[in-house]
Amino acid sequence: MKLLRAILLRLATMSVTLIGAAVVVFFVIRVVPGNPIAMMLPPGASEEDIARLTAHYGLDKTILEQFWIWLTGVFHGDFGTSISLRQPVMPLVLGRLPATLELAIFALVIAVVIGGAMALTGVRHRETRTETAIDVANGVGLSIPDFLWALILIVLFGVLMPVFHISGRISPSLDLPFVTQFYVFESIVRLRFDLWWDLLKHMFMPALALAIPLAAIISQLLKQSLKETMHLDYVTLSRTKGYSENHVILSEALPNAVLPTLTLIGVQFTFLIGGTVIIERLFSYEGLGNMAIDAVINRDLPLIQGIVIVFALLFTIINLVVDMTYALLNPRLRHA
Amino acid sequence: MLDGRGSIKRRLGARLWLSGTWLGVMALLALFAPMISPHDPLAQDLFAGRLPPFWMNGSDPAYLLGTDSLGRDVLSRLIHGARIAFSVALVAGLATAIVGSMLGLLAGYMRGWVDVLISRLVDIWMAFPPVLFAILLIAVLGTGLTSIIIAIVVIDWTRFCRVVRAEAMNQSAMDYVSSAIVAGRPRRDILWREILPNVLPTIVALLTLEMGIAVIVEAILSFVNLSISTDAPTWGGMIAEGRTSIYQAWWVLAFPLAVLFLTVLSFSQFGEGLKDRFDPVLR
Amino acid sequence: MSAFLTVKNLSAALHGFDQRVLRSVSFSIDTGEVLGLVGESGAGKSMIGKAILGILPSAISIIEGEILIDGQDLQKMKPADRRRFIGATAALIPQDPLTALNPSRRIEPQITSRLVDILGWSKADARVRAMELLNEVHIDNPERVMGSYPHELSGGMRQRVLIASAFAANPKLVIADEPTTALDVTVQKQILRLIRELQERHSTAMVFVTHDLGVVSKVCQRLSVLYGGKIVENSSVPDFFKGPKHAYSRALLAATPKYTDPDASLLPVDESVIEAVAAEVLAADKEWRHGR
Ligand SMILES: Nc1ncnc2c1ncn2[C@@H]1O[C@H](COP(=O)(O)OP(=O)(O)OP(=O)(O)O)[C@@H](O)[C@H]1O
Ligand SMILES: [Mg+2]
Repeated sequence: MKLLRAILLRLATMSVTLIGAAVVVFFVIRVVPGNPIAMMLPPGASEEDIARLTAHYGLDKTILEQFWIWLTGVFHGDFGTSISLRQPVMPLVLGRLPATLELAIFALVIAVVIGGAMALTGVRHRETRTETAIDVANGVGLSIPDFLWALILIVLFGVLMPVFHISGRISPSLDLPFVTQFYVFESIVRLRFDLWWDLLKHMFMPALALAIPLAAIISQLLKQSLKETMHLDYVTLSRTKGYSENHVILSEALPNAVLPTLTLIGVQFTFLIGGTVIIERLFSYEGLGNMAIDAVINRDLPLIQGIVIVFALLFTIINLVVDMTYALLNPRLRHA
Repeated sequence: MLDGRGSIKRRLGARLWLSGTWLGVMALLALFAPMISPHDPLAQDLFAGRLPPFWMNGSDPAYLLGTDSLGRDVLSRLIHGARIAFSVALVAGLATAIVGSMLGLLAGYMRGWVDVLISRLVDIWMAFPPVLFAILLIAVLGTGLTSIIIAIVVIDWTRFCRVVRAEAMNQSAMDYVSSAIVAGRPRRDILWREILPNVLPTIVALLTLEMGIAVIVEAILSFVNLSISTDAPTWGGMIAEGRTSIYQAWWVLAFPLAVLFLTVLSFSQFGEGLKDRFDPVLR
Repeated sequence: MSAFLTVKNLSAALHGFDQRVLRSVSFSIDTGEVLGLVGESGAGKSMIGKAILGILPSAISIIEGEILIDGQDLQKMKPADRRRFIGATAALIPQDPLTALNPSRRIEPQITSRLVDILGWSKADARVRAMELLNEVHIDNPERVMGSYPHELSGGMRQRVLIASAFAANPKLVIADEPTTALDVTVQKQILRLIRELQERHSTAMVFVTHDLGVVSKVCQRLSVLYGGKIVENSSVPDFFKGPKHAYSRALLAATPKYTDPDASLLPVDESVIEAVAAEVLAADKEWRHGR
């Protein structure tokens, strides 16, 4: 009962946040100078043409009217028509979303693996030089944002040691059998590991850039809570049972130390997804973020709206999922 | 234990020192850029395009760090870039700190509907990808230094607001606040004289962090070509330009990248160092 | 017959400091015997137990001396072998049952893990054994308790679980570090009786750490009095209560309420006695340093 009420409350605040976000974006972009219709037509188009198209996209109505039309459309699953691409917004956005999700999830996996490994190494060799080195690495990793890491990776691995691709999502020369946009997932299902490998080689650099700051955060926080846990009585007790230090860390301390890190990963993962916008641009990766920047440059109002709402929805869903996982993993909450 | 503590303290000291020195040097370069820089940062010399830095074959001693594809001096552009970067860092950082901290203090101390309103607003803001939001704002505001500063404040006030709100709530629960209330001191007085001074160290640490972020945002916006003007010597603009000629002239990208890296790192380490220095537990 | 546990001249010190935390500690325990370790807070009682079990804090290590369990010299074993040997022959009953159980695991694996992982029992056998043990510690519904999480049990129940877990592998040596201080008085008595019962039934050698001389008189056959990491008196319990030899022991005894006569007036430990024993410890330190 308590859990159900908590979830309902969360859903309510979620909808408030989403509607708020929709309102903010809607009104901010209506103030954008520059006429998107004029940008879309060839130079020298007649005033009449511009007026006709403006009316077609409903841009001649008042802002409030436009918002109402848009909102009723959204409730019918209609997010309007992209001005620059002349297609319905939702299919466009949903077509790009999988690329961004795959990139973000890959980055998350890298961050968890690197951050987790660093935290465990740091605890295993606590109070030694190794731990100091890890602390320094964490400090640098935390201070430098993904944008700079991306550029550094481009210089190091794109130019000096060209082992990975630094542009695009997949080699254009390859024949694509895909029916969904989840290329990585589908290539595994189809057992096309050649394509899978090509995708990973394209994704690795942008994903790593996104992952480094998160890896540092995970490493720092997890190491700290592991170290606190290592002093607790039940950990000491399990040592006397004959377990090795590694076993004690992994199966006694880790499950309890992981919870605070987990809640943090939720928020940080939304930051990471926010980072894909510029990272996709840097690596010419055809995801939602790259499309978003184009949409802003083209003043494509319906498309911008659609993309921002999808991002906002994604963020709130992630936060909800993390909170629920937390409740499930914590025996104290589970039985409360 | 004792010697361990000592070495931690020394390490913290070195961190503050190193980052402070770098920021100081950069600030001086920014301040005296026109006097120091060897060339006009905008002067093009099409016959001296893509000259390598001084230690490489084919370099020209007049261009220590080489030139970009239009033959502009990389060193001079870096020095003038510091000017723009530090102006943005200072103004945007302070403005963001003031706006965000005010709202955070209000929410954390007043509680009630003020808190609900501000917290909802923060939630809504957190639902936007910040880079997209920034680009959108620049599209609305137009390019230029002022627009960038406004955009940074509009996007990043939440960072201060969240932390300061939590901190103000902590402080409000402390006994010294209760006794001030019992003593009948007015609420405004308590907020300004009791709570703010205790939250200030947190704000200062965040401020230096925010300055680094402001530098990055400016670079990102220049990179997306929305910052100031295409040939103004900004670090982000230099990076964007270097990105296109990365295979022919890596130094056009590498030098501004290195400078940006060290500056952002120094801002954050300086903040951390300050926080530790003022942390009564560690001191 | 040689003793089951022998500690000879054991010294431990904080890294990088001259100060010893344990100062040439020697004692021995036979099978089925209980040795009480008493002394004021910070005397090093827990440190002795930790040194034997190999769980000294990372800043402290053994600098000299021997620990022999069943004739085997622990210092001479490889760390991994020592760990397994301790796991199979010795067990700890910890002081605070609230923090000594892993909050994220059910009770059953916390009792059986040693049997399954270290001693190679099958899960089913270990489960049967766990039920048996929970019966032995007088838990009425072992099924339910085994499926519970620690936070669902009371402090007394948790201490019973920890005792069951300690006796799971039929240890020949148990170290009980103030096993009842964290419990309230009525529960204390039951737990004490329980430990005694199990110790007798399994004829375990036991080190019983406590502040309370009253408890020592009920549970132990012999006792060692500790001051500043040094044993100032080794004695049998009857002899001790007839008349301790060391002045510090006498003062300690005078400061303890007598279970035979709880109304007798208590004497605070005299300053001069403390000064004398502190001086004695320092003198012994000087001699020790000389001998090295
Ligand atoms: N982690 C540690 N680092 C440094 N010194 C320690 C550490 N743990 C304990 N000590 C020191 O070792 C000495 C012995 O501590 P110990 O825990 O054995 O005392 P005790 O006799 O068990 O006391 P109590 O009755 O309070 O449990 C104390 O003087 C304490 O200051
Ligand atoms: Mg103790």
